[in-house]
Amino acid sequence: MTDQATQPAPGAAAAKDISLARIALRNRGVFWGGAVLLVIALFAIFGPFFVQDPTALNPINRLKPPGSEGLFGTDMLGRDVFSRVINGAQVSLVVGLFVAVIAVALGLFLGLIAGYIRLMDALIMRLMDGLMSIPAILLAIAMISLAGATLTTVVIAIVIPEIPRVVRLVRSVVLTVREEPYVEAAISAGTRVPTILVRHVLPNTIAPLIVQATYICGSAMLTESILGFLGAGIPPEIPSWGNIMSEGRTFFQLTPWIIFFPGICLAVTVLAVNVVGDGLRDTLDPRIARNMR
Amino acid sequence: MTRYIIMRVLSTIPVMVLVALFVFLMLRLAPGDPASVIAGDYATAEDVARIREQLGLSDPIVVQFLRWVASLVQGDLGTSIFSGKPVTELIGQRIEPTLMLALTTITFAVVVAVPLGTLAAFRAGSLVDRFVMLFSVGGFSVPVFVLGYILIYIFSMTLGVLPVQGYKSPFTEGIGPFLYHITLPSVTLSVIFIALIARMTRASVIEVLEEDYIRTARAKGQSEMKILTRHALRNAAVPVVTVIGIGIALLIGGVVVTESVFNIPGLGRLVLDAVLARDYPIIQGLILFFSFVYIFINLIIDLSYTLLDPRIRY
Repeated sequence: MTDQATQPAPGAAAAKDISLARIALRNRGVFWGGAVLLVIALFAIFGPFFVQDPTALNPINRLKPPGSEGLFGTDMLGRDVFSRVINGAQVSLVVGLFVAVIAVALGLFLGLIAGYIRLMDALIMRLMDGLMSIPAILLAIAMISLAGATLTTVVIAIVIPEIPRVVRLVRSVVLTVREEPYVEAAISAGTRVPTILVRHVLPNTIAPLIVQATYICGSAMLTESILGFLGAGIPPEIPSWGNIMSEGRTFFQLTPWIIFFPGICLAVTVLAVNVVGDGLRDTLDPRIARNMR
Repeated sequence: MTRYIIMRVLSTIPVMVLVALFVFLMLRLAPGDPASVIAGDYATAEDVARIREQLGLSDPIVVQFLRWVASLVQGDLGTSIFSGKPVTELIGQRIEPTLMLALTTITFAVVVAVPLGTLAAFRAGSLVDRFVMLFSVGGFSVPVFVLGYILIYIFSMTLGVLPVQGYKSPFTEGIGPFLYHITLPSVTLSVIFIALIARMTRASVIEVLEEDYIRTARAKGQSEMKILTRHALRNAAVPVVTVIGIGIALLIGGVVVTESVFNIPGLGRLVLDAVLARDYPIIQGLILFFSFVYIFINLIIDLSYTLLDPRIRY
């Protein structure tokens, strides 16, 4: 609720040179987090071709411990947990990536307008205040149960609560940049507003947005798994990590690995994303590096 | 000062109206006829007509919204479709476990995180500091329910010292059984707060330690303990309290999940049961209720700044 508009724009000056490869070589967090993510992504993309069908039933071999039947054991329908976890990686990465890209794009658009066009500022920011007051998980659960559970509705339901934070970030950058001499020069030279926004303001938002996008990606993967776990997410026939864990609940005391394997995979993935985010923040924006995100 | 308080209290009104508008529009913008969405897949035409009549869906949308807001102002959050009970009554029945879980979680998190963060700041760069920072990154990466199951596995299934699930009221069943049952859920839910608060405490204490008055205190020979408690912590309080306010949103989401893992009959379970039963008045009412709680707590936090830091004047 506190107004963050008065804070200085994080990273407004650091947007000059963003070469991901160079950052990865310079920062250990980005390097190792990126390496782990790369491995997970390779598993997610190519893994499904090498493991058995994640939906194949094998009732005779149900609830088998890891090692005896498949690497991660089997679930209550005899499905191979390893194969399901590999396939689930795809869902998590897709959700994380899509939510981050869409939330940043929409937030960027609204934030540029709010920051630069005074008339729209109050309207957009009050809307964002309202949206921020609604607990994200509840909002997502309600939207999904109303619109029906599909991959698309889940992504939209996770995107909407993430938008306000992006808008606030972009707006705060715009508010500082618009006072810069080069923007004043552009205005006095008669440059049109959209051109000023795209050519002079937008580049300054890129560095903080990349950092923000990684955090959104991590939190989206967590939210997706929570929704799946609560039975309010992606339809149960798709083996997402949240769904696998949701199905493992009933037999947790007998077969805890059905929850532990996807849980550990999820935690490692999110941790890798967050470590990359912290590394990017430290590299792109030394000024806020010592504070929290 | 009085003027500021009045303005700040009034400023919550447009936000609350907006939240109400969002929640109202959500049901209207959903694909399909709201009445048949509410009635579910197996409803007859009479059911749909009855619900339409019950909700006044035939009136213009503005009239519907105003009427709904008018009943909200009177404290009426709607009526459950299935049980026929007012949503406020259902909330009243279920609020105790949720409130207790939230209170124990916040208390535990603050008691652990503030000393931890202060210690990390005071010994910045040390092993303790690295551990705290590692913990604070890790705490954000493990989903609440996975953590819950890990703790159940260790403390309930392997060691057998704490119960797997359930809730006992401190008022009717005694404080002992209450603590016995609430410990695991509270610890589970508090991990993310400990991460959040410890990180914030560390950052703000480090900042305060660089201030001139800390150097002065050291120069006059004050003990490190007194510097910490009397100067550093007091001045670091504002950001820490702010982050607790931000954490309320996390807490509300976490409560739903934790109640589900530990089978606690609170508001979170009420939401999930309502989702399964497609009882939209309950979902709507609970979203509003939680949003208003969030707005109210942040109002209190904003107002508390003047008490915490005499330099803040409005």
